[in-house]
Amino acid sequence: MSEAPVSDVAEKAPARTDGRFGHAMLKVQGLKRYFDVSAPWLNRVLEKQPKQILKAVDGIDFEIARGETFGLVGESGCGKSTVARLIVGLYGPTDGSITLEGNNIAGLSRKEMAPMRRRLQMIFQDPYASLNPRWRVRDIIAEPIRAFNLTSGNTETAERVAELLNFVGLNPRDGEKFPHEFSGGQRQRISIARALASKPEFLVCDEPTSALDVSVQAQILNLMKDLQREFALTYLFISHNLAVVYHISDRVGVMYLGKLVEVAPSKTLFSTPRHPYTRMLLDTIPDLDMTGRERMPVGGEVPNPITPPPGCAFHPRCPFANDRCKSEAPQPIAVDGGALVACHGVEEGRVPQGPILATPAKPDGLATSVHE
Amino acid sequence: MADPLLQVRNLVVEFPTRRGTLTAVDNISFDIAEGEVLGVVGESGAGKSLTGAAIIGLLEPPGRVGAGEILLEGRRIDNLPYEQMRRIRGRQIGAIFQDPLTSLNPLYSVGRQLTETIMTHTDMTPTKARDRAIELLTEVGIPAPTRRVDQYPHQFSGGMRQRVVIALALAVNPRLVVADEPTTALDVSIQAQIIALLKKLCREHGTAIMLVTHDMGVIAETADRVAVMYAGRIAEIGPVREVIKNAKHPYTHGLMGSIPAVGHDAERLEQIPGSMPRLTDIPQGCAFNPRCPQAHERCFRDRPEPLPVEDSRVACWLYNEANALSYEDAKRAVAAKEQVSEAQLEEQTNV
Ligand SMILES: Nc1ncnc2c1ncn2[C@@H]1O[C@H](COP(=O)(O)OP(=O)(O)OP(=O)(O)O)[C@@H](O)[C@H]1O
Ligand SMILES: Nc1ncnc2c1ncn2[C@@H]1O[C@H](COP(=O)(O)OP(=O)(O)OP(=O)(O)O)[C@@H](O)[C@H]1O
Ligand code: SF4
Ligand code: SF4
Ligand SMILES: [Mg+2]
Ligand SMILES: [Mg+2]
Repeated sequence: MSEAPVSDVAEKAPARTDGRFGHAMLKVQGLKRYFDVSAPWLNRVLEKQPKQILKAVDGIDFEIARGETFGLVGESGCGKSTVARLIVGLYGPTDGSITLEGNNIAGLSRKEMAPMRRRLQMIFQDPYASLNPRWRVRDIIAEPIRAFNLTSGNTETAERVAELLNFVGLNPRDGEKFPHEFSGGQRQRISIARALASKPEFLVCDEPTSALDVSVQAQILNLMKDLQREFALTYLFISHNLAVVYHISDRVGVMYLGKLVEVAPSKTLFSTPRHPYTRMLLDTIPDLDMTGRERMPVGGEVPNPITPPPGCAFHPRCPFANDRCKSEAPQPIAVDGGALVACHGVEEGRVPQGPILATPAKPDGLATSVHE
Repeated sequence: MADPLLQVRNLVVEFPTRRGTLTAVDNISFDIAEGEVLGVVGESGAGKSLTGAAIIGLLEPPGRVGAGEILLEGRRIDNLPYEQMRRIRGRQIGAIFQDPLTSLNPLYSVGRQLTETIMTHTDMTPTKARDRAIELLTEVGIPAPTRRVDQYPHQFSGGMRQRVVIALALAVNPRLVVADEPTTALDVSIQAQIIALLKKLCREHGTAIMLVTHDMGVIAETADRVAVMYAGRIAEIGPVREVIKNAKHPYTHGLMGSIPAVGHDAERLEQIPGSMPRLTDIPQGCAFNPRCPQAHERCFRDRPEPLPVEDSRVACWLYNEANALSYEDAKRAVAAKEQVSEAQLEEQTNV
């Protein structure tokens, strides 16, 4: 098989930005996933509507090293879960490549994917939908253990299940129950236990702790870090909770409308965000200190991935947009601090390096209903 | 003074099983006033969702209200026949569930689900209802709502589905909204929009809101008062600032200590040692006693009830007058022991 084309992004600046880790465990290049969301064919013909294509993921590149945690953040609908599903093979890519330790895994059939499945597991955003309601929890957790023959028999399997339940703060006796007998956060812990059951090397976590109270969340995050230290686990970690992402991630990628706009070591990203969108996003972190600060929702019209704005997709909401931004899509460039930023303004040095932006673009429709 | 909009009195939610009855919500009482937001936080599995489900009359059998009363605008609603409760649910109480997928029908377009809800509870024409549906989608921040309205739930992202559920609950301007984790699947900026929307409802329509969430940031910004639940009971309830800035119950203290923050570097997050007891092994006395650094003899014997401490009510023997500890002493004790337990925890994890 021929080598996947190396995009110019990868040539301009390698996505590896931090020397702390070894070789790339996962490598994503030029990854795209489009969805056809046209009206049914007949309606389209009758109403003379064009085909509608939604570009959920539109050409992204990144690498994750073994033992590293890569955080993925961005507004709802920007394509994070789609990236996660592409990596674990639940969606085939429209274009681009995904390699796991050098083996291409993009678009493999179920059967071809089988040997990878033990090593690659996913914790889903929607825990209930991903648990079989008719199975007892112990069987749900044991399923990957049995499927991959990871134990020598039923006693060992039962021991392993009990251990996993303990890990996530549930009682081994809870294994007898069915998913509906658990609270939302308990179900999320069940899906975490199941994902850990096959001793995966790479774990895709889509909002793994969003349904957990902060003390159980602390337990799970501590557990994830312990496992990582012990077994060099690699994580792709998606979350809306920026404090959690800050805590768990080594590097963070910020997505906007299907593209990565900034990738940087976690500390750098949160202390000196460069991309105007990243800076707005950080400004929306809830205020626990109760200073009475009104949070600033990101201003401007919420973008629509079916007809994304031309040029830099963020330009209608960006206070630094100029004519170039409206016509030419920015490519990621390396800036100091080991960050990659896709922004003309940063490249040209006309985006000042302050901590955070205060004024969003002109509030319209939606934003008005928020500010009143 | 008028009655609070919602009154919950000595509510018990239980599950009869072969081996006896499990009590998941154990004798809790609280009020929510008109235009007020009551935040509800607490350990996963503490009974927050069940409390919400009991209020909207949607406990799934075999779960049932074992005792207590629930009053909406002074009128009992926990013993109403199904049909009557269903009408109240549509018109007066809006529900936002934790699990967006279970509240949406995968076979109907988002717009159809909204228009049907609107038309069942109002006398709008189909065209009007559709306009209202699009307006609602705009309010909850769905981009290109005129185009999105005809799509199906699976074509929406997780956060977008959650916003559709919110739109459904707000469709007919209810008096009370029970919102169970309405913003967990949402990014922070959409969260801010939804919160602003909920607050606007409170202000303009006097809607009362019970807001269950794990996100302390959301609580800090939205709630007027907060109830902290642990093992089916209310540990502490009081004004939001008191609870967040001046936590009194040892459990609340531990909870506040485990919140990660941007800029705060720690290899490990603080965590409360141990885990919540199963419903079958709730200990005698205070349910938190196996994990509490201040547990003393009385805690293992008698169950503490929420009693007034400053502006809050706290269920902890440290604050009981009969216990002869003044409030200041108690607070000092909580703070001191807290440090000890952290040091111990560190020791444990270091070996
Ligand atoms: N199966 C599908 N068919 C059509 N469109 C889809 C499908 N799956 C996702 N999309 C669209 O792709 C875009 C990205 O969705 P995705 O679920 O990846 O977002 P996300 O970043 O995970 O958002 P959230 O934070 O809300 O979970 C959205 O506009 C969504 O509507
Ligand atoms: N159908 C059921 N049968 C038996 N026990 C149940 C059932 N439904 C819930 N429970 C138990 O009741 C307790 C309270 O559940 P509830 O869903 O109210 O928790 P919660 O506070 O909302 O938690 P979370 O924050 O995780 O959503 C849990 O311990 C759960 O296991
Ligand atoms: S490229 Fe232009 S519009 Fe886009 S973020 Fe940078 S300055 Fe703003
Ligand atoms: S009553 Fe006792 S065990 Fe319970 S929280 Fe207070 S001090 Fe701790
Ligand atoms: Mg998602
Ligand atoms: Mg719940």
